[in-house]
Amino acid sequence: MQEKPKTTVTTSRTRRERAASDFTFTADMLPDGALADFRRKAWDEYIRLPLPTTRDEPWRRTDLRTLPAGDFRLPKVDEYLDLPDIPDYLLKPLVSDQHGGQVILYPGGSRVDPSAGSGQRLDPALVEQGVVFTDFRTAERQHPELLAKLAGEIVRPQDGKFAALAAALSQNGILLYVPRGVTVEQPLHSVLWGPGANLAHIAHILAWIEDGASVTYVHEAASPTEAGAHALHAGIVEIHVGDGANLRFVELQSWGEHVWNFSHERARVGRDASLDWIFGAIGSRLTKNFSDLDLVGEGATGRMSGFYFTDGTQHLDHDTQQNHLAPHTTSDLLFKGALTGKSRSVWQGMIYVAPGAQKTDGYQANRNLVLSKGARADSIPGLEILADDVRCTHGATVGKIEEEPMFYLRSRGIPPKDAERLIVEGFFDPIMQRIPFEGVRARFQEAITAKTANI
Amino acid sequence: MSELVIKNLHVSIDGKEILKGLDLTVEQGKIHAIMGPNGTGKSTLAYTLMGHPSYEVTEGEVWFKGENVLELEADERSRLGLFLAFQYPVAIPGVTVANFLRTAINSRRRAENPDDKGISIPEFRKLLKEKMDLLKMDHNFAGRYLNDGFSGGEKKRAEILQMATLKPEIAILDETDSGLDIDALRIVADGVNALTGSDLGVLVITHYQRLLNYIKPDYVHIMLGGRIVESGGPELALHLEEQGYDWVREKYDETVA
Repeated sequence: MQEKPKTTVTTSRTRRERAASDFTFTADMLPDGALADFRRKAWDEYIRLPLPTTRDEPWRRTDLRTLPAGDFRLPKVDEYLDLPDIPDYLLKPLVSDQHGGQVILYPGGSRVDPSAGSGQRLDPALVEQGVVFTDFRTAERQHPELLAKLAGEIVRPQDGKFAALAAALSQNGILLYVPRGVTVEQPLHSVLWGPGANLAHIAHILAWIEDGASVTYVHEAASPTEAGAHALHAGIVEIHVGDGANLRFVELQSWGEHVWNFSHERARVGRDASLDWIFGAIGSRLTKNFSDLDLVGEGATGRMSGFYFTDGTQHLDHDTQQNHLAPHTTSDLLFKGALTGKSRSVWQGMIYVAPGAQKTDGYQANRNLVLSKGARADSIPGLEILADDVRCTHGATVGKIEEEPMFYLRSRGIPPKDAERLIVEGFFDPIMQRIPFEGVRARFQEAITAKTANI
Repeated sequence: MSELVIKNLHVSIDGKEILKGLDLTVEQGKIHAIMGPNGTGKSTLAYTLMGHPSYEVTEGEVWFKGENVLELEADERSRLGLFLAFQYPVAIPGVTVANFLRTAINSRRRAENPDDKGISIPEFRKLLKEKMDLLKMDHNFAGRYLNDGFSGGEKKRAEILQMATLKPEIAILDETDSGLDIDALRIVADGVNALTGSDLGVLVITHYQRLLNYIKPDYVHIMLGGRIVESGGPELALHLEEQGYDWVREKYDETVA
C-alpha cells in the first residue's frame, strides 16, 4: 500500500451549507411496540445520514439552510385537544357520496371509525373479509404481526434522512390492508391534520393491496397557516399493489405556509396490476417529495398525475422516478403546475428502463404556467434506458400567459382577472380530466380561484 | 341610435405609422364595408377599435355612446357594445366554448350589477342552442375547447356565434370571408344577416367583393395608405370587382405616398 503525501487543506467558508440548527430528537423518543425493531434500525440510519445540502444532487434546487431544525418538537399526547380542530370540509367525502371508512391523525392523537351517528364506520362486511383500515396505534394493538411484517418493505430508511426520521419516529400512521381478491367498493379516506406551531408531524402511510384486490384510497394532509411560526412534516408513503390488483390513490396536501414538508413515497406494482396515483399540492412553505413508481411485474401499469399551484414564497420540489423493472410495463406521468408571486417549483423526473424490460412504454410530461415575473419553474426530465425495444417519450415546458389569448378573452368583455383565471383553468383541464372525482376537482378549483385572485 | 365616430385616427405599430388620419362614422342599423388592398391598414383599424395593446394611437378620437373609446380597455369596449370578429381567432386550450361564453355573459351582467348571480344554467343552455341552430352548428360544439383544432370555417362560425350571443351594437368583421368555402361563407353571411337590423351596426372589412354578395352593405369605403379615399354605395364594390384596385392607386398614389 502506497503512502499518500499528507496535505493540509484550509477551507475558507464564505457561506454556510448546513441547516441553521440540528434536530433535537433523541433515541428515547422512539415509540415502543410492534415496530420497535424497525424503528431502532431506522434510527441508526437517521443518525448516520447528514441533513442534505444543495451539494447532494437530488437537493440541488432545494436549500435547507434556513430550516430551523432545532425548533421542532414531537407533539405531546392529546396535544391536539388544545389546537384548532379539523374543519368540516376536510371530513367530507371527496370521491363519492360516502366513505367506506375514515381515519384522522392529529398531533398526539387520532380518531378511527368515528363514532356511531356519523355513519362512517368501516363497513362490517369489509372487516369480516379481513380489510384493515386504521391508524398505527390501533394496528399495533390489533395487528402487530401484520404491521411489523409490512412496514419498511417498500420505502427503506436508508433512502434519505427524512425517510429514516419518519420511519424511526412516526408518531402515527395509516395501515390499509386489503386481502387477496377483495374489492372495496366505497373509497377510504384518511386525513393528517397538523395544526400548531413548531411541531413535528411525523407519519407513516402504508397501503398494502394484495393480489387481485381493488380499492380507492384518498389521503390528505392539511393544516392552517401559523404566521410567524414553523412546523415540520416528515412522511413515508409505502404502497404495494399485488398481481392483478388495482389501486387508485389520491393524495392532496394543503399544508399551511409555515410547514416544511418532506416525503418519501414509493409504489410497487405487480404483474398485470394497475395503479392510478394522483397528487395535488397547494400548500406548505417548502416541499421536497420523492415519489417512485416501481413496475416490478410484467404487464404492470402506473399512471401518475400531479397538479400544483404555488404562490407567495412557496417552494415545491417533486422528484419522480418511473422504474420499469419488467417487460410490457406502462407508465404515464403528467404533472402540471402554475406559479405566482415569488414562488418556485421544481420537477425532476426520470424514466428508468432496466435491462430486459422490453416492450415497455414510458411517458412523462411536465407543464408549467408562470403567472408572475418573480416566480420560477424548473423542469428536468430524464431517461435512462437499458433495454432496446421500448418506447419512451418525455416533454417539459415552462410558459406564461400570452398577450393574444388575453386580448381575445378581454375583447369579449371578460375582465383581466377572470380572463387569467379562465386560461389557468384551461391549462389544468387536461389533468382534471384524469381525475374522475368531482370533489377533488372542486377543491382544486377553489385553490385556483383564490390564488389567481392574488396575481 | 348610437354611432361609432372615428375622427382623424392616426395609429402606429412599433413606431411605424399605419393609419394616417382616418375618418368614419358607423351608425347602428347600417352596414358599412371597408375594402382595400393588402397592407393598407384595414386590420390595424379593426384591432385599434377593439383596443389591442400593440397599437399606439398617436392622434385622433373615437367616440361611442358618449364615451371616449380610446380611453377604455378592451373588455370595457366590449361591454360598451363593440365586437370584433377576428380574422385569426386564437385557441384557448382547456376552455370550452360554453364555459367561455357563459363567463363572457356573466362579465357583462356583473359589470351592470356586481351582485348578479350570473345566468342560470338552463337559461344559458337554451340561449346557446338557439344561437347554434341559427348558425347550423352541431350542439356538441359547445363542449369543444375554444378554437382549439377548429377548421377555418368552424373558427369563423364560432366568431359569429359569439356575436349572436353577446349582442353587440357595433360589430367589426375582419376578413370574416377569408378561408371559407362558398357553403361556409353562405352560412356565416346568413348568420350575420339574421343579426342585423335596427340594433346592429356592422363594419365589414374585406379584401374581396365576394362577401358583399351575401352581406349587402349600405355604404362602401375604399381604404388606401391608411386612409379612406373613396366612399359610395354598393355600386362602388361592384366597380372594384370589375376594375380592381389599380385605378384607386393611380388616382391616390401621389397624395398617399
